[in-house]
Amino acid sequence: MAYLLAGISAGGQYALIAIGYTMVYGILRLINFAHADVFMVAGLLMVYLTTSVPYYIAIPLVILITVLVAFTIEKCAYSPLREAPRMSVMISAIGVSYLLQNVALYVTGGQPQVYPQMEFFSRTVTIFGATTKMVTVITPLLVAVLVVALVFLINKTKIGMAMRASSVDFNTARLMGIRINSVISFTFIIGAVLAAIGSMLYFNNYPSVIPTSGSMPGLKAFVSAVVGGIGSIPGAVVGAFIIGICENLLKMLGLTPFSDAFTFALLIVILCVKPSGIFGEKKIDKV
Amino acid sequence: MKNVLHIQDLTMQFGGVVAVNNLTMDVNEGEIVALIGPNGAGKTTAFNAITGLYEPTNGEISFEGKVFLRNTPRGKMKKQYLGAEKDTYASAPVLRKTPDRITKLGMARTFQNIRLFKSMTVFENVLTAMHMRKTSNLFTATFMLNAKEEKAQRAKTEELLKLLDLYDVKDELATSLPYGKQRHLEIARALATEPTLLLLDEPAAGMNPQETAELTAFIRRIRDDFHLTVLLIEHHMNLVMDISDRIYVINFGKEIAKGTPAEIQNNEAVIEAYLGGDRVE
Amino acid sequence: MEFLKKYKKQLEVVAAVLLLFVVIVIVDTLGNSVPRVIVSVLKKSCIYALIAVSLNLLNGFTGLFSLGQAGFMLIGAYTYAILTIPAGIREGVYYMYDGGALHFSVPLIVGLILAGVVPAIFAYLIGLPVLKLKSDYLAIATLGFAEIVRALIQWQGFAPVTNGSISLLKYPYFKKIWPFALVAGICILLIVLLLKSTYGRAFKAIRDDEISAEAMGINLAKHKQMSFVISSFFAGIGGALLAMYQTSLTATAFTSAMTYEILLIVVIGGIGSITGSVLGSFLFIACSEWWLRNLDSGKFLGISLPTVFRSGFRLVVFSVVIMVIVLFFRKGIMGERELDVDRIWNFFTKKIPAFVKSRFGKKTEGEKAE
Repeated sequence: MAYLLAGISAGGQYALIAIGYTMVYGILRLINFAHADVFMVAGLLMVYLTTSVPYYIAIPLVILITVLVAFTIEKCAYSPLREAPRMSVMISAIGVSYLLQNVALYVTGGQPQVYPQMEFFSRTVTIFGATTKMVTVITPLLVAVLVVALVFLINKTKIGMAMRASSVDFNTARLMGIRINSVISFTFIIGAVLAAIGSMLYFNNYPSVIPTSGSMPGLKAFVSAVVGGIGSIPGAVVGAFIIGICENLLKMLGLTPFSDAFTFALLIVILCVKPSGIFGEKKIDKV
Repeated sequence: MKNVLHIQDLTMQFGGVVAVNNLTMDVNEGEIVALIGPNGAGKTTAFNAITGLYEPTNGEISFEGKVFLRNTPRGKMKKQYLGAEKDTYASAPVLRKTPDRITKLGMARTFQNIRLFKSMTVFENVLTAMHMRKTSNLFTATFMLNAKEEKAQRAKTEELLKLLDLYDVKDELATSLPYGKQRHLEIARALATEPTLLLLDEPAAGMNPQETAELTAFIRRIRDDFHLTVLLIEHHMNLVMDISDRIYVINFGKEIAKGTPAEIQNNEAVIEAYLGGDRVE
Repeated sequence: MEFLKKYKKQLEVVAAVLLLFVVIVIVDTLGNSVPRVIVSVLKKSCIYALIAVSLNLLNGFTGLFSLGQAGFMLIGAYTYAILTIPAGIREGVYYMYDGGALHFSVPLIVGLILAGVVPAIFAYLIGLPVLKLKSDYLAIATLGFAEIVRALIQWQGFAPVTNGSISLLKYPYFKKIWPFALVAGICILLIVLLLKSTYGRAFKAIRDDEISAEAMGINLAKHKQMSFVISSFFAGIGGALLAMYQTSLTATAFTSAMTYEILLIVVIGGIGSITGSVLGSFLFIACSEWWLRNLDSGKFLGISLPTVFRSGFRLVVFSVVIMVIVLFFRKGIMGERELDVDRIWNFFTKKIPAFVKSRFGKKTEGEKAE
């Protein structure tokens, strides 16, 4: 039971990151390799900010700065390459990821930064007969609320409609008068907000943050997005829960070394059997 | 007359849309046959099915008397299928070939929206198409033990380019050629695969009347020089009427007429399809 | 004379390669009087050049965007190390596992070849399903494969063979630079010969346009598989060389970040240019480990700012440089062209004067008058 809860919780954290990947891919057809590092940056910001200000100020501030970082990345590294081949943009994303990691390495001096333990999150609770941390219980609830809000935003608001239109056909959306650049920026902002919140939940389970802390959860979140069908938000969430739960069940069976390998094996199997993922749409190439 | 290409009951269905419906066609040795029809009639879809790019939903296609593609509605399609001859091919084995294998049989094609190898010169474009007929393997090719073959290929490429008036521009980048020349190059590249049947997908698209007239002569000439059979899709009526031995007309995926150019010109159904109703070209 | 004219290009290449090799041999014979950093930069550049060229074969010439290179390097490195540790000292290396499961060892050269063969076999097996995928999906699948390899090698179950998470030591390695250069040079030569052959043309055709390549009778599955297997073969040898360079080997170093570094080298040099990849790896390694080294040590170009120029600053500057290249010089140094003597000559005799003129035109009126 404890493993199941941990799995659901991990799944929720992956889901928050995965949404950022999947939304950007949906519109730009770009695997935003830097997203994992934005997530890591959010973790580091929390470490530094909590040393000087209390939580209730630090949390919104972390979210705000993370958003600014993501926004700047988009403007500097992706938007100049709008007309470039997709591979160039992907390489730019890899470059940004490399840059963020190196900056983090420089700032932290290579020392692991101890993540602040919020008393409320770390409190132990007992549910369904299993003792666990508060954060494990809060995560799925928070994820549910955020996802519902996001789905509402995408289906009911004007900017949501613009996003959907852009993801169907980028160029036609532009011709129809949608300001594509603001749609893209908005997508990055949402992704960053969710990644920042995700980082607060995720790092609470780990003692410290290092410059490469983002890559593993980032890769797994990305795999979730692919498993669920990249470009689809419900897909990303479902995929993330599948991966989070399977991973923790493997740990329960004493197969911890395989939990990472399993994630990627699942990825390869899904890609080969149904490349468009569980919720993805199949596209036919026109000649 | 020997039959080169025989299409029997070809149906292509995408989801609920039947793009090609029960098409039956014959192309005989040495003929120039045209497949025409209004926009969206399913011509290119039929072409892509013949060349293996799409998997036909139903029907069979044979080349020089040998069936190389055969399919029957399977799986999900079994329920959805809207075309005719649903069970005709159910008992025979399904045959599927990738485009490269079909080219190897001796059918070469061109594309409606020119698809040359962008980074290569004119010469390399044609030379690359000879890769298929090589006898060398990875080892002999890497260690240049196939020098003789390589030399022969290069000589043949030069010969081909001379024959098709592309020799002067052989070292230019393929994409830097004028449009009409690019079309010629596409045909040259197809010829380098040593086909017996040449499939041309709208060869005159985007050409002016003079270029079209030149193309007509060009197609005739290569047919005679290379002993080819030609199947083409076209919009330009002048070209089609001028060049074809026989014409098939399709509309909404279905054959509405076939015959010689003279017969087609006077066919009620064809005039209706092209001029009547709201489908004015 | 006739001969010279006909094979001018080839002779130039041979001359250039010999020259490079002579330089390396000279550095070798000078021995300890050469700063260690130069020796290690030269060794590492040779290794990375080979790996970058192998990745370029895949990404630049066949158009397959693979991010699995670190995985194949890892397999190659481990194959080499496991098979060549002398039988007598296995006890000491595998001290946790009673001397390990293997009790024999093979000569260095056999180990090196097997370091290519084993990854190639893995590439063949993984390629069967994965190469059907389109661009970015292929990238993720290969990335995932590399991660799986890394996790499995460290698994306790394989530990009697792989030594688990303990590093492998005491396998034979080259001490001088020239053997690195020789092995890398031979491998790169083989790749160049392959690319010049009819198969190279087929690869480029696939890169340019898959659909028309297939329509011209090029079997996509077969040729993609071929390119993938060959690339992995050389990546494996590169991995073995890297293991030799490091003299001790752990799986943790072969992360996806390593693949990214190699990809960046390929991009900097120019996707689709062999000389670009070679040049790119030298610049990349020299820049990150030599020229910018002082950025970490408090003093750079005579400016002393210990608070800014401290450990890690080098990498920050370096990654900014890379971003600038990626964003503003998207084609890399060489684009798709190759470096040759004429081009270098042109660069110094025409381009630089032209550049100087355009910038400082007014100051050099005299030159213009000529």
